[in-house]
Amino acid sequence: MPEGQAFLEVKDLKIHFPTDDGVVRSVDGLNFKLERGKTLGIVGESGSGKSVTSLGIMGIYNHRNSQISGEIWLDGDEIVSADRETVRKLRGNKLAMIFQDPLSAMHPYYTVGAQIVEAYRVHHNVSKKVARKHAVDMLGRVGIPQPDRRVDDYPHQFSGGMRQRAMIAMALVNDPQLLIADEPTTALDVTVQAQIMDLMHDLQAEFNSALIVITHDLGVVAELADEVLVMYGGRCIEYASATTIFDQPEHPYTWGLLGSMPRMDRATQERLVPIPGSPPSLINLPQGCSFSPRCAFEDRTGGLGATVVPELARAGGSNHLVRCHLPTEERQRIWAEEVKPKLEAP
Amino acid sequence: MMRKTRALVAGTAALALTLSAAACGGSDSDSSSGSGAKAEFNAALTKVFNASEKKGGTIKLANAGDWDSLDPGETYYGYSWNFLRLYARGLLTFNPVPGPEGNELTPDLAEGMGTPSDGGKTWTYKIRKGVKFEDGTEVTSKDVKYAVLRSTDKETFPSGPAYFEGFLNLPEGYKGPYKSKGVNTDSAITTPDDQTIVFHLKSAFGGFDYIAALPQTAPVPEAKDTGAKYKEHVISTGPYKFETNNLGKDFKLVRNDQWDQATDPFRKALPDAYEVQLNVNADDIDNRLLSGDLDIDITGTGVQPAALGRVVGDPALKAQTDNPTLARLWYTSINPTVAPFDNIDCRKAVEYAADRVGYQTAYGGPLAGGEIATSVLPPQIPGAAKVDLYSAGADNTGDAAKAKEALTACGQPNGFATNISYRAERPKEKAAAESLQQSLGKVGIQLTLKPFPQGDYFSQYAGNPGYVKSNNLGLVVNGWGADWNDGFGFLSQIVDSRVIRETGGSSNTSVRIPEVDTMLDAAIAETDAAKREAAWAAIDKRVMEEAVIFPGIVAKSLIIRPKRLSNVFVSEAFSMYDYLSLGVA
Amino acid sequence: MLLFIISAATFSIFYMVPRLLGGTPETLATRYVGRAATPETVHLIAEKLGFYDPIWVQYGSWVKAIFVGADYDLGASVEHCAAPCFGYSFITHNAVWPELIDRLPVTLSLAIGAAILWMLLGLSIGTLSALRRGSFLDRAAMTFSLAGVSLPIFFTGMIGLLLFSYTLGWTAPGGTYTPFLENPGEWFYALLLPWIVLALQFSAQYARLTRAGMLETMGEDYIRTARAKGLRERDVTVKHGLRAALTPILTIFGLDFGLLLGGAVLTEQVFSLPGLGKYAVDAITNNDLPKVLGVTLMAAFFVVVANLIVDLFYAVVDPRVRLG
Ligand SMILES: Nc1ncnc2c1ncn2[C@@H]1O[C@H](COP(=O)(O)OP(=O)(O)OP(=O)(O)O)[C@@H](O)[C@H]1O
Ligand code: SF4
Ligand SMILES: [Mg+2]
Repeated sequence: MPEGQAFLEVKDLKIHFPTDDGVVRSVDGLNFKLERGKTLGIVGESGSGKSVTSLGIMGIYNHRNSQISGEIWLDGDEIVSADRETVRKLRGNKLAMIFQDPLSAMHPYYTVGAQIVEAYRVHHNVSKKVARKHAVDMLGRVGIPQPDRRVDDYPHQFSGGMRQRAMIAMALVNDPQLLIADEPTTALDVTVQAQIMDLMHDLQAEFNSALIVITHDLGVVAELADEVLVMYGGRCIEYASATTIFDQPEHPYTWGLLGSMPRMDRATQERLVPIPGSPPSLINLPQGCSFSPRCAFEDRTGGLGATVVPELARAGGSNHLVRCHLPTEERQRIWAEEVKPKLEAP
Repeated sequence: MMRKTRALVAGTAALALTLSAAACGGSDSDSSSGSGAKAEFNAALTKVFNASEKKGGTIKLANAGDWDSLDPGETYYGYSWNFLRLYARGLLTFNPVPGPEGNELTPDLAEGMGTPSDGGKTWTYKIRKGVKFEDGTEVTSKDVKYAVLRSTDKETFPSGPAYFEGFLNLPEGYKGPYKSKGVNTDSAITTPDDQTIVFHLKSAFGGFDYIAALPQTAPVPEAKDTGAKYKEHVISTGPYKFETNNLGKDFKLVRNDQWDQATDPFRKALPDAYEVQLNVNADDIDNRLLSGDLDIDITGTGVQPAALGRVVGDPALKAQTDNPTLARLWYTSINPTVAPFDNIDCRKAVEYAADRVGYQTAYGGPLAGGEIATSVLPPQIPGAAKVDLYSAGADNTGDAAKAKEALTACGQPNGFATNISYRAERPKEKAAAESLQQSLGKVGIQLTLKPFPQGDYFSQYAGNPGYVKSNNLGLVVNGWGADWNDGFGFLSQIVDSRVIRETGGSSNTSVRIPEVDTMLDAAIAETDAAKREAAWAAIDKRVMEEAVIFPGIVAKSLIIRPKRLSNVFVSEAFSMYDYLSLGVA
Repeated sequence: MLLFIISAATFSIFYMVPRLLGGTPETLATRYVGRAATPETVHLIAEKLGFYDPIWVQYGSWVKAIFVGADYDLGASVEHCAAPCFGYSFITHNAVWPELIDRLPVTLSLAIGAAILWMLLGLSIGTLSALRRGSFLDRAAMTFSLAGVSLPIFFTGMIGLLLFSYTLGWTAPGGTYTPFLENPGEWFYALLLPWIVLALQFSAQYARLTRAGMLETMGEDYIRTARAKGLRERDVTVKHGLRAALTPILTIFGLDFGLLLGGAVLTEQVFSLPGLGKYAVDAITNNDLPKVLGVTLMAAFFVVVANLIVDLFYAVVDPRVRLG
């Protein structure tokens, strides 16, 4: 491993989809690093490119209708330029992923056990019997009662929470070093959400894997993430430690998110304020700052916001990056004086 | 596009030609006869094509439909009568030779032709000695008598012709040997000895030899008779016997070792076997014939429309065909019971105005349709003489001036309106009716087309005198084929007014001439063949004078000549290839 | 029970329709006599065949024959048509049931061979098409399948025969069927072209079905999961994609196959294969009602059974149905 290189390092990642209407820039120059044992949360509105990013890292994209560039270093190997077979062998093995809706993400015609066995046997040359034993073990470890019996059940015979546990078992069956969870709790009800998060937390500690959690739910981020990446229109607009994001967010969009997103650690009756306007078109991003059409502070940048694309630049917190023309001090002031009080108002 | 299509067709044809040339080459090399027969159109129509005495091989035949019955006692198709002679021998049969002689009768099981006595009421036949059934027992006159008697049981054998029960002087209420067991039938048939059989008729019939030529005279051993099931295994008296027989599917004839050439004056028995497939797709039959994969389309009715164009358009293919005339008339009845056709001049107007070429075209033109007829009797019927009473203009498309004259004489100078009926399922009849509609329309005779279902055409509509009259069916598109080529066989059902039934069911709807009925009776009783034949011609002329039939066309068919076979010729009696003499070249 | 209703309905149709069209016992009987039969003969036959009896009597004796058999007078002897006597043809003087049993293997051979071919062809073309959606291959395949669906067997069959059998001589000419047990080689040779022609027609339809099904399933979440597991693309497509897309296709397949067992009418007709379809056509052209009735019931039986099997099969293939 080259010196100073992180376990996972994403450099200038771009994933574009040429379509009849134009090129969809779903991910447009993304950079981040992640070490084993650490958790990165990726948040952003729907359509901001979160899933495309994670699938890109997994190497799951259609080579015929997508263009991918940049670098993804995993444990010292670059995988964007690696051949497909190499990436396939990593997938499910060194990198694993769990999805939002465990019902539709599992094949309805195969038993849960069969699907876990299959995942194990792609990467391990063992008999079905051995693999099955392993699958039962895994189901037990993710907290499925009577795993030796439930292993032969079909997905539709499981409850939602159990299904997600089974998905997690399937993802962890090969002891992955990087686990990507794309909205792992969104489809579950609140009490189950907490259980699943606890489970992921415990397992991450146990396996010492790097974890990327993609979510709409800042509560999940608060619970699990060490670092947070806020995505908007395919780009990172704020990057910081979880504490900084909650205590000292500097980007107007992040402020908006904090006001609009549900949080498990907050009372549910709390009034949510949606961010005005709608997410940008990924084919034609707005001129200048891509958030400018919806930004309440655009007029304070002296017209820069509408014309010049702001750089992702250092900000107030440690290891804190923000993409906004406003000076750091100004942002900190606005947060402290204008935004935060409103968020905390009864 | 046009050019490309034609090139493609030509290419395919060329290919087919190469293939056929190769096939011919192959057969030439292993046939020592080297007859050098040149395939050309109608090469087998009046003479033997590719003569050879070579034995062996298997002839493959196919039938687009199914036999009515393989039992000689109940079959009523010409092709069947032609074919069954391979396994059954009746008293007489049609002479298996090319040309007009093929229309003549010749003794088969009998030693000679029938001897009439009692003015034609009694007919005696002598049976050859030494003819055996396939099981080795010798055929006697009793077997022939039994065969004829059983064929009269129409409950068991509904498909066969009913001439014997009509002519023979059978006891009242006789129902055949199964139901009328032990009934003495000597009033109808006597067998004074094993070699003699005597038929006793109700009334004199000069043409009884034709009846004796019916396959129903082929002997059946009573001990082996299984009634309606006999057709599954007919006990052979011919050179071939049934090896297998899957009704509705296929059967195979192989050599019958009990057949003795010495007892048989004409059968050559060249091939070792005949394989027959039934219910084969008709278009496929044509293709297989043309490719040489199949030898004979057994029904002999000619190529399907699909292959017709291909064959006619390609000289190489056309050279592989023959075009015999059938004893079948596609005509139109002119009903004198429907006004104004009660006036002979109005009927004549139709004869004059009709476009004969158009009518011929409606049936498929000169090759596949037929020859324009000028009278009822087809030319191959012995005695037929040319009768052409009505001019049809220079180009045969109708003589409008003559028609107008006739209309004036009839008192309808501006024409009139009437109906014309045809069988709805038959596009050719529809076309014929339309052709008449057009040509008669030119002189003011307006026709309205009236299609009727063919199943009930004669019983309910066009053959039902009451219906005809009350619905003004002035013209009835009609057709008739003889059971055998003889004036009686052809004429009796269509010009005898006494066959008209008030309840319907007869093909004759328009010919009600008492004089003709008398002429028929006289001709039927006449035992002198020459006089009898002259009488048919006279009847023909008399019918035409009354203008009650527009004769239309005498049918022809285009049949594909078997490529690999020898001794191919058209039998005039059956208007298809003779099936007795064929060999594998 | 279902078959009972079908049989009664079929029977009534064959009884009623000719009568509604103005037929009488005599006109019905004319179908059993030869040409130029006398009215006496016709009357005799109508009486013998029971055409003067009312419908329930005729149906009753027909049903009774199925269970206890019936006797038929052949003149010289009496033939017993043993139970199950599915009708007795008065034209060929044969019991219908043994003939149906005799014809079934032909249709079965045709149907099975063609089914294997068309499933292979249809599924693979459909799958490839779906995977390479919009590619040249996809468009070519879909054009082909449009042609396949719209060109009648009559046409493709005749062209096939003309080209491959009569011009090139690669395949057997029509009407050369040989039973498998007699000569497997000949059997195969004779059926090859019919299989291909029939399969072409169906594979076109199945290619479209498969394509549509695959386009849908390949977009499912579980496909993404399968990929995320690191499965080979082939396994993703076949074990996960096709497996799911197959269920509705197999349902249709079951019904098509059942229908085909009742007789691949056109194919058997064009190639003169002596199967049930040909049997039906021949029976109809010969106006042989007992045969028509027998073969209709047989076909109905296969469709009903195919339906049943498809229902059962659904439970086997889709666990959600099984354990609901
Ligand atoms: N194959 C593709 N072709 C064209 N556009 C695509 C394709 N895949 C994704 N996109 C587009 O990329 C954008 C980002 O999608 P992505 O699924 O990453 O959003 P997300 O952030 O995960 O949203 P959500 O929160 O709803 O899951 C969307 O606008 C989507 O339409
Ligand atoms: S750059 Fe301007 S428009 Fe963009 S986020 Fe900052 S203040 Fe808003
Ligand atoms: Mg997403």
